Amino acid sequence: MKSISKFKALAYAMVIITLASCKKNNNEEPVTTRLGKVNIEFEHKVGNQNLVLNTGTYTNANGDDFKVTSFKYRIANLTFNKADGNNVTIPESYLLIDAADQKTTLQTIENVPTGDYVSMEFLIGVDSLRNFAGAQTGALDPAKGMYWNWNTGYIFVMFEGTSSKSTQVDKKLFFHIGGAKAPNNTIRKVTLPFPAGGLRIRTNSQPQIHLMVDAASLFSGSANINFATTSGLHGGPNAITIANNYAMGMFKLDHIHN
Amino acid sequence: MKNNVIVLNLICCWFIICVGCKKNDKEEPQIPIKFVVPSNFPQPVYNFSNNAVSNAGFDLGHHLFYENALSIDNSTNCGSCHQQFAAFANLEHPVSHGVNNCFGTRNATPLFNLVWQPNFMWDGGVHHIELSALNAFVNPCEMANSLDNIVKTLNNKPPYLKLFKNAFGSEEINSQRIFLALTQFMGMMVSANSKYDKYSRKEKNGEFTNHELAGYALFKQKCNTCHTEPLFTDNSFRSNGLDEFPSDAGREIITLASADFGTFRVPSLRNIALTSPYMHNGRFSTLAHVLSHYNTGVKNHVNLDTKLKQNGVLGIPLSALEQQQIISFLNTLTDNEFVHDPKFAELPPL
Repeated sequence: MKSISKFKALAYAMVIITLASCKKNNNEEPVTTRLGKVNIEFEHKVGNQNLVLNTGTYTNANGDDFKVTSFKYRIANLTFNKADGNNVTIPESYLLIDAADQKTTLQTIENVPTGDYVSMEFLIGVDSLRNFAGAQTGALDPAKGMYWNWNTGYIFVMFEGTSSKSTQVDKKLFFHIGGAKAPNNTIRKVTLPFPAGGLRIRTNSQPQIHLMVDAASLFSGSANINFATTSGLHGGPNAITIANNYAMGMFKLDHIHN
Repeated sequence: MKNNVIVLNLICCWFIICVGCKKNDKEEPQIPIKFVVPSNFPQPVYNFSNNAVSNAGFDLGHHLFYENALSIDNSTNCGSCHQQFAAFANLEHPVSHGVNNCFGTRNATPLFNLVWQPNFMWDGGVHHIELSALNAFVNPCEMANSLDNIVKTLNNKPPYLKLFKNAFGSEEINSQRIFLALTQFMGMMVSANSKYDKYSRKEKNGEFTNHELAGYALFKQKCNTCHTEPLFTDNSFRSNGLDEFPSDAGREIITLASADFGTFRVPSLRNIALTSPYMHNGRFSTLAHVLSHYNTGVKNHVNLDTKLKQNGVLGIPLSALEQQQIISFLNTLTDNEFVHDPKFAELPPL
């Protein structure tokens, strides 16, 4: 009797171990969520005027003339909020937008859970965690530029141009804004409420969010920038002023096509 | 008795089933490479948790480290300025030659125990080991290349397609894979078998002479604050008073803080006998010069480290005998096994 119960215990143990060793190594499938897509269009402006690279002439809030030769920026951690307070952050939502590259000014965001959303949020920049996480790929591949190699980190917003007021060589303007560490942390969060009707994500449609992006927002808002005294910088304390400026006015939601 | 036979049969069947269910991995002829923390070391900053070391990944990193095609004119590889016999520093070069015989501005740092470093370069501007090679790739006075061009060049070298496939499962070459493979190679450069280490671990060949013991005692008294055991650096940035008016702003370039003007990383003293010349600009050619600087040469720079100005006295007063004893101790930090380890040796071009 005793030996039989031992035998049973052994048999059970063997069955369990056998099953465990034969188990397929598939990851468990998560509970399926219904997913849809949304397009985001980035339309570039300088104040109320359209941004025309290289030839368009503009005036900043300080009254200084300028032209724009390059305008690029990074967006991270795209989040859609529902009226009930629930929200969803799209994994790996790192975008690099270049006003000169039409392939980047219309972005499709995949894998958005279906539902009705009332606002969106994102970071201008790259979150601190990923900024310090080592070699990256995709939009965060340093091969795509917007990256400092000598003082490791992503450039969040890059504005280059010219102004007759500039004290730089060839009257250039360059504002390379980045830095994810205190005291010069330039990561800024933007929240854009949606107009009435909100954003409706369904499996069988592809709504489009139309954003206006104002390059002149770097130069006013929290403080006016005077090109005679500030015409070129990369990171540092002055970048904080610029970041505070564009956090206030760089992005405006124009309309949504559901 | 009968039960025993059944049990035996069952065990046999079970064994066959389990073995049969085992994944059919190819037999690896190589001994799997493994990162091991030396028993007298702390836990590393970088632990390969997102970049598990494999033989194939290490092998790819090894080839990349010695690959001239990483430079714009196919003239320079990592090993050009990081020589194994010099503990991967650049012997006899205050600063190194890059492409077109362009000279850099700072002394090439030795490469070892990098996974214990929180940041890199003399000014600490690079905060992650995986990105530590990027500077050298793109600096106009080093390899003067671009990541896009490096990816393109490697794609045109068929042996690399196979090496990337072995390491990462597909032939795709991108900057992330290049950095990860190089990190596997450089991260595995652990130097922990000097006479000092054997002394610390009470191993064979770890007996100090009286001269070395006296040097060690002095070291602990006068040097250990900054060059802290067992890595022989506290990873801080300090000014050791090389100049009253430094021409290189050092760490201030990174932090833009005036308190960092003229400060540089405290270098490890491991393998220091092999890595001359010394200091961020390689101004001292021997350890005797360095000790003499600390004894009588320290200048009253505005950010001079307070440890080098105790009671209004500049530097660290050391008699001639004390200087010799400290140098004897520093010689025990040479790790001959590391600098002769064939795993890190120069490779012929692919």
